[in-house]
Amino acid sequence: MTKREAAILAALVLGLTAVFLISLAFGSTSIPLRRVVMALLDSSAGGDSASMVVTTVRLPRSVTAMLAGAALGIAGLQMQTLFRNPLADPFALGISSGASLGVALVVLGSGYGPATAFGTAMGMRGDALITAAAIVGAALVLGLVLAVSSHIANPTTVLILGLMFGYAVSAVVTVLVGASQPERLQQWAQWGFGSFSGVTWQRLRLFGPLTVCGVLIASATTKQLNALLLGENYARSMGLAVRRARVLTMLGASILGAVVTAFCGPISFLGIAVPHLCRGLLGSSDHRVLVPAVVLMGAAVALVAQIVSLLPGSAGVLPLNAVTSLMGAPVVVAVLLRSRRGAFAG
Amino acid sequence: MTPAAASAARVSFDAALRTRDLAVGYRTRKTRRAVLEHVNLAVDSGELVCLLGPNGIGKSTLLRTIAKMQPALWGSVELGGADLRSVSHAELARRLGVVLTERVAVEALTVRQIVGLGRYPHSGWFGGLTDRDRVAVDWAIDAVGARHLAARDFSRLSDGERQRVMIARALAQEPVLLVLDEPTAFLDVPSRVELMGLLRQLTRERPLAVVVSTHDLELALRTADVIWLVMPGGELVTGAPEDVVLSGGIGQAFEGRQIRFHPEERSFRLLTGSGGDAVVHGSGLRAALAAAALEREGYTVVAADAIAPAVSVHAHDTGWRLWTRNGECSGADFASLAEYLRGRRAES
Repeated sequence: MTKREAAILAALVLGLTAVFLISLAFGSTSIPLRRVVMALLDSSAGGDSASMVVTTVRLPRSVTAMLAGAALGIAGLQMQTLFRNPLADPFALGISSGASLGVALVVLGSGYGPATAFGTAMGMRGDALITAAAIVGAALVLGLVLAVSSHIANPTTVLILGLMFGYAVSAVVTVLVGASQPERLQQWAQWGFGSFSGVTWQRLRLFGPLTVCGVLIASATTKQLNALLLGENYARSMGLAVRRARVLTMLGASILGAVVTAFCGPISFLGIAVPHLCRGLLGSSDHRVLVPAVVLMGAAVALVAQIVSLLPGSAGVLPLNAVTSLMGAPVVVAVLLRSRRGAFAG
Repeated sequence: MTPAAASAARVSFDAALRTRDLAVGYRTRKTRRAVLEHVNLAVDSGELVCLLGPNGIGKSTLLRTIAKMQPALWGSVELGGADLRSVSHAELARRLGVVLTERVAVEALTVRQIVGLGRYPHSGWFGGLTDRDRVAVDWAIDAVGARHLAARDFSRLSDGERQRVMIARALAQEPVLLVLDEPTAFLDVPSRVELMGLLRQLTRERPLAVVVSTHDLELALRTADVIWLVMPGGELVTGAPEDVVLSGGIGQAFEGRQIRFHPEERSFRLLTGSGGDAVVHGSGLRAALAAAALEREGYTVVAADAIAPAVSVHAHDTGWRLWTRNGECSGADFASLAEYLRGRRAES
């Protein structure tokens, strides 16, 4: 790691800390930073309402945003490297379509009644049921793609396969949407907006470990990812078990994507944009610096998106998905245009 | 331990590649389709082998099988006496390096980082490089003469420089055998010559065997220690370049309706029809070039004492002078000579 790279990582840590504190201070009512820090440091001082808001509402929301951002960033990086395609993202294998189908079946379909009955029997209600449906849907599509792709040698073909599965599944969702009653569409649209607010402390107990595990697995495979930069043929010639690495990477990235989608809705854009931002910033494709940078950057960008989505204040919130894309697209375009002129030269 | 010391230690075991009754090709669920069969080849350490043959004859398939990138149909490949089937990919990568035709599209990595990837089979879980690894990387960069490129961005190098770096990366694996599949395909002529020269030099300086497939037949015949020539029927002719030329195999493998292989010059010539015998007087470069112009225009250049040639040309310091049965003429450059010859053949 060069000094420059170390400095950039340090700056990212500082930036993340800053937006983290701001995200806790900012909301329907502003809370001074001093009191935010007090509430964080001293859990026994939880008497007043401000600390209550910070610890029970905003802290889980911000932690969720950071975990989701880091997870999507890492998963996007894995997919882009594996497929050597700058357009790949965590949902490239149809994962988010699968999750959408699961949720659509529960929220829109006639399956709502039976599914609710089943969920209630399993002790699940509302959000928990939606999460479970999303995970089941994503897992089914992923299983299908992995099973078929094990017979395919060319990674690009696998990518196209995933896209095709995604389209097919999306078509089914569209049929469901078309056939459903208006009042249920409202709830469906709400899920589609994406949100970090639905994850409570209780649900974080599941969401947290899942995403942290996924990120750790990705961090442990930096060496394999670096070898894959040269393409599968060269990676194999240097001793990488390519098929196994491919399945593990696809599995890891897709599970991260599926978990985030299940808990927060289909958050678009972060997964594709964050790796590009980090490559542009660092001027390097070396995963040993890219992985930590993507984790930090992903968390920070998700927090900023969360803050911006609250900007209308009492007038309500902006859909998170709209914020990530509107905010991120110009940044990525700028990074790409700059890189043409030499930012990638490092 | 320095790489040099490591190399010295390796001499103790057999570095040769050997194939025994090998068949290479493709297998589908039901059938096996052999491209080349009964392949018995051997390479010794310090040898540069060039694999030649017409397009689509199975050169790449053979190299991929030797490098365990695809399984053998029958028979076996042995590296240093060990059957490839019993060697894991990770272990193999410490003994065999591969360079492919394909262009590597990677953004934002320096040459040193690319060569560092060659330490993959030697480094630990996270791929961190030790001092020993860094010594090997520096050595590999020096070995291909790329020290001045070390800090450059790989994606900004020329094709020739990139292949050099990919060779350095393979060398950083510290292999005993280097397999290169048409590494010169995208390169311009000087880069091709340089690359083959580099490979030859590498086999001279260390206990390394190199097998390289190429379409650059004339260059291969000039630089290789051993030629493996795949004939159109699938059989292999092997030996020193001169022995392979003498066997006539190259003509059989490559000659077509329009080209003939000339063993004396180890090069191909276009068949342009016969305008008769020609004699060239004079010496040096100008005489040789005058002969070349005559051959291109369809004359057969014969010895200076030949009887009754159709034309005789004297190449001198300021131009040429030409005699025929009907007269003589002269000119300053080869364009005017060629023009005269074309005009003469058009008349007859």
